[in-house]
Amino acid sequence: MSEFLNVVISIVFDGLAYAMILFIISVGLSVTMGLMGFVNLAHGVFAMAGGYATVAIMSQLGIGFLPALLCAGVAIGVASLVLEQTLYAPLYKAGELDQLLLSIGLVFMASGAFTYFFGPDPISVQIPDYLHGQIDLGVRSFPTYRVFMIAVGIAMALGLWISLERTLIGARIRAAVDNRPMAEAVGINVNRLFKLTFALGSGIAAIGGGLAIDILGLTPNFAIQYLVLFLIVVAVGGLGTIRGTFVAALALGIIDNAGKYLWPEGGAFFIYAVAIAILLWRPSGLFGRTD
Amino acid sequence: MKFRTYGYAGALLALSSLPAETLAATVRVGVVLTYTGGAAQLGQQIDRGMNLYIKQHGSELGEHNIELIKRDSKRPGGDIAKTAVQELITRDQVDLLTGFVFSPNAMASAPLVTRGQVPMVIMNAGTAWIPSLSPYIVRVSFTMWQFGHPMGGYAYDSLDCKSAASGYTDYPPGKDSVAAFKHGFERAGGELVDSIPMGSPREVPDFTPFFQRVKDAKPDCFYVFVPGGNHSTAVVKTFADLGMKQAGIRLIGPGDITQDTKLQSMGEDAVGLVTMHHYSADYETPENKAFVQAWKAEYGADTTPDFMGVAGWDGMAAIFHVIRSQNGKIDADGAIQALRGWKFNSPRGPILIDPDTRDIVQDVHIHKVVKSGDRLAIQVVGTIPQVKDPCKALSLGKCAN
Repeated sequence: MSEFLNVVISIVFDGLAYAMILFIISVGLSVTMGLMGFVNLAHGVFAMAGGYATVAIMSQLGIGFLPALLCAGVAIGVASLVLEQTLYAPLYKAGELDQLLLSIGLVFMASGAFTYFFGPDPISVQIPDYLHGQIDLGVRSFPTYRVFMIAVGIAMALGLWISLERTLIGARIRAAVDNRPMAEAVGINVNRLFKLTFALGSGIAAIGGGLAIDILGLTPNFAIQYLVLFLIVVAVGGLGTIRGTFVAALALGIIDNAGKYLWPEGGAFFIYAVAIAILLWRPSGLFGRTD
Repeated sequence: MKFRTYGYAGALLALSSLPAETLAATVRVGVVLTYTGGAAQLGQQIDRGMNLYIKQHGSELGEHNIELIKRDSKRPGGDIAKTAVQELITRDQVDLLTGFVFSPNAMASAPLVTRGQVPMVIMNAGTAWIPSLSPYIVRVSFTMWQFGHPMGGYAYDSLDCKSAASGYTDYPPGKDSVAAFKHGFERAGGELVDSIPMGSPREVPDFTPFFQRVKDAKPDCFYVFVPGGNHSTAVVKTFADLGMKQAGIRLIGPGDITQDTKLQSMGEDAVGLVTMHHYSADYETPENKAFVQAWKAEYGADTTPDFMGVAGWDGMAAIFHVIRSQNGKIDADGAIQALRGWKFNSPRGPILIDPDTRDIVQDVHIHKVVKSGDRLAIQVVGTIPQVKDPCKALSLGKCAN
C-alpha cells in the first residue's frame, strides 16, 4: 500500500510542477484570446524570449536568478507592447486566418533569430544554491526547485485570481470578455485594457519561460515545441478564464506525467486523448462560456 | 550506367594511350551530416575531424584531388538524408558517400547505395545491423552492442549490480543498445526489472517521470542510452536532481552520456559515472595527444574532439585508403574489397574493418568520470581488446544472417 502511495505522490508532485509551468505560460494567452479573440500562436515566443532574457540579464548584469526573472518579465512585457502596436493592432479586425499566419510567421522568425544570436544548443541557467538538491517535506524528499516552482505557480494563480475578481480593473476585464460592445458602451476603454493585459500576459509568460529552463530546457525551438501544449491548455480550460486555465493545466500536467510514468510506451498519447475527450464533452472548454 | 566527369578524361586518355598512372582524378565524396538544427554540433564534430585529416594528409593523395559535396540531413528522421543521398548519387554522381550521424538516416539511405552502387563509409550511426542492409556499407564508428553488451557483464560482475533498469531514447539505436545491455546483463546472471522508452531523439524531453519511475523501482543500476549531444546533460542533471545516487542507484551507459564535448558542462554531478566506450579525448596515448593537440591548434584551445570527431578523422583515412588503392578511379566493389581487413592506427587505438561484416573492430574501454584539478576527466579503468560486434557474432535478432 505504501508503495502505491509513493507512486501516486511521485506522479502528482512532478505533474504539479509541470502543470505550473503550463499555467504560468498559458494564462496570458487565455485572457488575451478571450478579450480580443486574437489567435496569437506566437505567445510561446514571449516565454522563450523571457528565458533567453533571464540568462542574458544574469550574465550581463551579474545579478541573481530571481531578480533577473523579474527584469526579464518587465522587459518582455514592455517589448510585447511594441509588437502589439506595430504588428497585432492592424489585424484585430482581420480574419482568423490572417492572424494565424502572422503569428505563426512570428514563431518561425523568432526561432531563426534566436538560433542566430544564441546558437541551436540548449542553454542552461545558474539557479541559486538554495534551490538545488532535495528538500525533505516530512513524507519524503522532493527536488527543491520543483517545490519552488509549485509554490510560485500557486501564488501567481491566487494573485491573478484575486486581481481579476476583486479589483476594478479585473471587473473591467471580465466585463469586456463577457460582452465587449456593452463594456464599451458603459465607457470602458477596451483597447487600452487589452494592451494592459497583453503586456501583463506576455510578461508573466516571460517569467514562466525563465522558470521553465531548469525543467524543460531552452532552445530556439521552444516556442514551436510547446505551442500545441499551450493551445491545448487554453482550449481545454476555456478562453478568458484564469480558473479554467489553472484547472486545465493541472489536469493535463498530472495526466501527462501519469501517462509517462505508468505507461512510457504510450508516449504523449494520454494528453491528447484527454484533451479530445474533454473538448467533445465541452467544446468551449471546462470553464468557457457557451453562448 | 553512370557517367562521371573524369569519364571524358578517361576517353581522351584511351585515344592518346597515355599510361594510366599519370591521370589525376578528382574523387567526389558526398557528405551527409546534420549541419543545422539541434544536432548541428554533432555534424560539426565529424566535419572538423574529416577536414583535419584532409589538411594534414592531403598530400598523400598524390596527383588526385578530393572534392567534398556536403548535404544537410537536419534531423534524425531519415527522410531528408534519403533525399540528399538520392541527389548526391543521381545528380552529383558522387564516387563515395560518408557522414551519417543518426541511424535512421543511414538506414533510409541503404537501399539507394545498393542500387546506385556507391560505397558508403558510416562515421557514426551505431545500430548494430546497419552494415547488413547493403553490401556497400562500411562502418568506422562503433556498434551499440560493442558497449551495451560488455557493460551488462561488467555491471553484474564488477559494479555489484544484481538488478537493473534501462531507459532509452525511442528509436533504433536506443532499442539496440538496451537489447545489448539486457543480453549481456542477463547472461551474467542479473535481472533487468524495467526498460523504459524516453521520448524522441529530436528534442530533449523532461526525463523526470521516467527517472522517478526507476527511482521508485530501486534497481542497483540504471542503464541509459541517449543519442550524442544535448540529451546527456539533461540525463545527468535529472539523475542528480532526483537524488537517485543517494537512493543507491548507479547510473551507467555507453559513452554517449559522457561525451567529451558535453562532459565539462555536467559539473560535479557527473563524478563517479561509469560508461563503456571506444574513445575519449583524455586518452594518454601519443597518437591521441598529437590528434588532440592538432585539433586545438586548428579549432581553438577551448574546443575538444570527441568520439564523433575521431570517427570523422578515421573515416577520411578510410576514404584516402580507397582512393590510393584504386588510384583515383573508384569502383564500388573494389572499394569495399580494399576496406575489408583495413587496419589503421587511430587516435582511439588500433582499429580494423572486419572482412566478413564490414563493421569496425576496436578496443573498448571502461570509463570513469573523475575530478582532475578544476575539470572533469575520463579515467580508463579497464580495457577489452579488439571487440567484434557481439550482435552479429551471436547472430541475434536482426543481426542474424
